[in-house]
Amino acid sequence: MLRIFEQIGRYFILMGKVFSRPEKMSIYRRRILCEMESLGLNSIGLTAIISIFIGAVITLQMSINLSSPFIPRSLIGYATRETMILEFSSTVVALILSGKVGSSIASEIGTMRITEQIDALEIMGVNSASYLILPKIIAAVFFFPFLTILSICIGIFGGWMIASLTGIMIPADYIDGLLIDFKPYSITYSLIKTSVFAYLITSISAFYGYYAKGNSLEVGTASTRAVVVSSVVIMIFNLILTQILLI
Amino acid sequence: MIRVENIIKSFDGRTVLNDISVQFETGKTNLIIGRSGSGKTVLLKTLVGLHTPDSGSVWYDDTNFTQLSFMERKAIRKDIGMIFQGGALLDSSTVEENIKLPLDLFTSQSEEEKLERVNFCLKRVRLDNANKLYPAELSGGMIKRVAIARAIVLNPRYLFCDEPNSGLDPQTSIVIDNLIHEITEEYNITTIINTHDMNSVMEIGEKIVYIHRGHKWWEGSNQDILEADNRELNDFVFASAMAKRAKASATK
Repeated sequence: MLRIFEQIGRYFILMGKVFSRPEKMSIYRRRILCEMESLGLNSIGLTAIISIFIGAVITLQMSINLSSPFIPRSLIGYATRETMILEFSSTVVALILSGKVGSSIASEIGTMRITEQIDALEIMGVNSASYLILPKIIAAVFFFPFLTILSICIGIFGGWMIASLTGIMIPADYIDGLLIDFKPYSITYSLIKTSVFAYLITSISAFYGYYAKGNSLEVGTASTRAVVVSSVVIMIFNLILTQILLI
Repeated sequence: MIRVENIIKSFDGRTVLNDISVQFETGKTNLIIGRSGSGKTVLLKTLVGLHTPDSGSVWYDDTNFTQLSFMERKAIRKDIGMIFQGGALLDSSTVEENIKLPLDLFTSQSEEEKLERVNFCLKRVRLDNANKLYPAELSGGMIKRVAIARAIVLNPRYLFCDEPNSGLDPQTSIVIDNLIHEITEEYNITTIINTHDMNSVMEIGEKIVYIHRGHKWWEGSNQDILEADNRELNDFVFASAMAKRAKASATK
């Protein structure tokens, strides 16, 4: 228990260093753009593939389970839309990205730690925590919401596609369902969650990488721990944010 | 000049540096030698502030480095260049970007001026036309030379080298040694090299400090070391088969 509090304390001390005044803003701007490419743009493919299949599967599942003649078929489109917006495109995509982006950040920074690259930055007088971690956090917090919007669109398209291809329902019914009781706030809720999750994934993974020590085995351990801890923290914050924002 | 006064450093109750006091001269190539695990690297990292000593102080000229805050140390850090054992080049950056980084962060030079300085440093370490290569594309000797170029790009007053010859063949080691020695004399900087390479000791060791089990065991120059009356030092110096044979033939 004491160890958990110690880790939390170290995490906040690191965040204090991360959010201290940057040496030169122009360098950071350049690094933020690079990180947007590596953390964000390079995740578009994975997000798109998963979203299209999940959208299709949700539509299929709904179609199978809502087969009563008393339930309008358009509800399948409605359910697909709500599932994608409220949970899948924010929480599940965040969990998937915590595996891809989180492990990449932890192993990148961990390798830099054990090969003394971080020490080299410190010797130069660079605030290594801020230089390495802040651009990743900013890039993820600003870019991941775009991935969420993309995921929502592609997932809903996946549902329409499966409806059209398999004939399980009339595509027009699916589109009618998409328009039922749409609340724009649901999108805001989803984007707020994504931004919080983006911060959690990048900062927690960076924390485990930054304090890695030893050899390549330890970097692997740090990377695994980063994914596990950020996934658990995402689930906890999902509950907290849903309670705060929706209820 | 760098002065170390009564440095004690321990990790998890194990004392690694035990009351070490020594002075490293400006314009000289100072060597810290000793067996693996003797505390050389800990001493070097304590000198540059990567480790905080349990007690004692490190002085950079008239400034007590150990008592400075993070921000105050920054001013001195700009005068420090360090070459790490593995080079510690940023893997995701090219040779040019690696060397340019300190200029980007701490100078207001134009891109042309920075590039000119980078090319000068690369030329100085005899690595022209390597600008666009990544560290993964370089040999061990080239990595060390890029690390030297990065270390001298801001014209440092203090240069620290942690085992600059480790993993290099004897000929490349001599090139690296000579390069560091030339730079030390040329810019009149305080250079401290951490090594267990006896070739370096004999070739460039103007001042040598021998560390044994965390204690300063001996200090002198490369002229004194062969005649030193110190059993542990002699065991270390004449450990190699080559040195043993040379000593035996000299005795005959």
